[in-house]
Amino acid sequence: MGTPDTTKSVNQNEVKNLMSNSTKKDLPKVILESGIEVNPLYTQDDIERTGSVADIGKPGEYPFTRGIHPLMYRKRPFTMRQYAGFGTPTETHERFLYLISQGQTGLNVAFDLPTQTGLDSDDPRAEGEVGRVGMSVDTLADFEEVFKGINLDDITVSLTINGSAIVLVAMYLAMAQEYAFDLSNLRGTAQNDILKEFIGRGTWIFPVEPSVKLVIDIIEYCAKEVPKYSPVSVCGYHIRESGANPVQEMAYAFCIAKAYTDETLKRGLTIDEFASRLSFNFDIHGNLFEQIAKFRGARRLWAKIIKEQYRASDESSCWLRMIAGGGGGGLTKEQPENNIIRSAYYALISALSGTQTMALCSYDEAYTIPTEKAAEISLRTMQILIHEMGICDTVDPLGGSYYVETLSNQMENAIVKEMEEVDAKGGIVKAIAFGEIQKAISRQAYLREKAIQDGAVPKVGVNIHRTEETARTVEFHPYNEDNAKKQVEKLRKVKRTRNSAQVEEALARIKKDAETNLNLMPAVIEAVKAYATVGEISQTLKDVYGEYQEPIYF
Amino acid sequence: MILTVKIMKSKKLKILLGKPGLDGHDVGVKVLAHALIDNGFEVIYTGLRKTIEEIVQKAKDNKVDVIGLSILSGTHLVLCQQMNEAMKKAGLTIPWIVGGNIPDNDVEAIIAAGAAAAFPTGTTIEAVINYCDELAEKK
Repeated sequence: MGTPDTTKSVNQNEVKNLMSNSTKKDLPKVILESGIEVNPLYTQDDIERTGSVADIGKPGEYPFTRGIHPLMYRKRPFTMRQYAGFGTPTETHERFLYLISQGQTGLNVAFDLPTQTGLDSDDPRAEGEVGRVGMSVDTLADFEEVFKGINLDDITVSLTINGSAIVLVAMYLAMAQEYAFDLSNLRGTAQNDILKEFIGRGTWIFPVEPSVKLVIDIIEYCAKEVPKYSPVSVCGYHIRESGANPVQEMAYAFCIAKAYTDETLKRGLTIDEFASRLSFNFDIHGNLFEQIAKFRGARRLWAKIIKEQYRASDESSCWLRMIAGGGGGGLTKEQPENNIIRSAYYALISALSGTQTMALCSYDEAYTIPTEKAAEISLRTMQILIHEMGICDTVDPLGGSYYVETLSNQMENAIVKEMEEVDAKGGIVKAIAFGEIQKAISRQAYLREKAIQDGAVPKVGVNIHRTEETARTVEFHPYNEDNAKKQVEKLRKVKRTRNSAQVEEALARIKKDAETNLNLMPAVIEAVKAYATVGEISQTLKDVYGEYQEPIYF
Repeated sequence: MILTVKIMKSKKLKILLGKPGLDGHDVGVKVLAHALIDNGFEVIYTGLRKTIEEIVQKAKDNKVDVIGLSILSGTHLVLCQQMNEAMKKAGLTIPWIVGGNIPDNDVEAIIAAGAAAAFPTGTTIEAVINYCDELAEKK
């Protein structure tokens, strides 16, 4: 960075003098959700008093404040990866093809709740849920169908799966091999972040310790066999949606990422063998500048953690690779068209923050999963940003902004402090197991919701500028019960035609490997290739590990 | 010297909040739990992944005054039918209410299934507290 022009420098004291006393006294305070106070004006001095100007650096260079790559969107825009999936693999396949035809550049698969919680479509507990919030998957046959004809090298696939991740990742790899994709080159992502499920989202299956073991099994296996795959996407998103403020969102996500990193290192891998494949999923809603500063400060902090604490040699191990753009908590049921506007602002935030991948909530999210039209609008929002707004022309356009750099420094410092507090209490896994995180953020969620409902926090269309709407007809995505029946029939057919002896043998191997604490990926891959079901494999693991008994914390 | 006498205010009502089915979204039900406790109610929360039968049994065991079901995955009509049957089987006549991701159009069907009230998406905390206050007064 060049020397600041000192002949015209204006410091904070002069700023105060420039403003008349009366206007200063009348100004209400502005305090961000993170607790940081916002001044009416920022100058060079503010950057210098909150951090180091040298830390701003260049994009593509440690500590990566301005972006993980030197050219960012100037070379290639962010990937657009709308979350999609419902009904049977046939329906989901059709939606995938539609999204790809409309310009979507990456796929993110939504699974139904039975699949996510390790149940087959014919399980009594799955009643009413088959294909409802996502695609149903029972066996490898479902993956063979949904990904048929899709070039997994051209269009990468993200699997939003956690509790049953080991089964679905195994199916994905088995399917990719079957369709002759080279695993040593295969890219893609599995969310596979179980620790956040215990805080919010709730698709856990097994107790905490074996659940973490399965996460690491996938990381370890992929580091060796599928080295370009991202085996985990650590989610701050759901932690924020559950009531955490932006500082806590990043702090807890980083603590969780560190916990997975520590466990993986215990398996004998070096930091550079897997850290560059870690990825993150963050939330966006609320104050525009607070969000941008959150990402820039966090990106720098993550780089410092990996380099200084873990002594990585490869720069790529230090990259904060992320998806951001969604922010369901910011959207409203009232005046749903306003959500299109909100999502456009969130897209802008995401791009100005240097995300790698973007996905937006659709305007009907308060009602149901997206209709085709709503998904199309989300895509167009991102495409307009790329093609019409000049967002890709230059890297980190807000770099050097007095406000944004100061706030990035302050957010980084606040995240560090929050992480230290978690460590002082015994670490994130303990804090989750004893409900400390859940208790703190659920009370926050209540106070925030109350503040919105009391009108203290403005929400357009809800507590200001309300219109008393007559019953509106928002087009819902319909749930098709016939699809559930079809899925169950298909499952029964697969079970009739597969080699039962082979399945039994494979399940027995999973049990044995689990009991002897081996990496379960090879055994699970063998089982899915024999068309063992999600339910059968999950039950086998439940027999060994037991089921999570949720302690009640709120 | 000031002598302060603390009067122990008895809880208005005992409410069981339940998460039936596979839905893992518990932000809303926990927000409501906090609000109810702050407004003088006693709250028991079942946690996630409970069957309707388990919720009804817990309500019976704890002698609660009202049951609240939180459902966000869209399966409310299926679960309300199950609730109707389970309440009859258990011989419980206490009111049960439903909230979550409920479309306005489904409120009627939920009441028809035996719910005392249905709170669609966008319901305020105040609305639920007022309803529970009214229930408490009738008791």
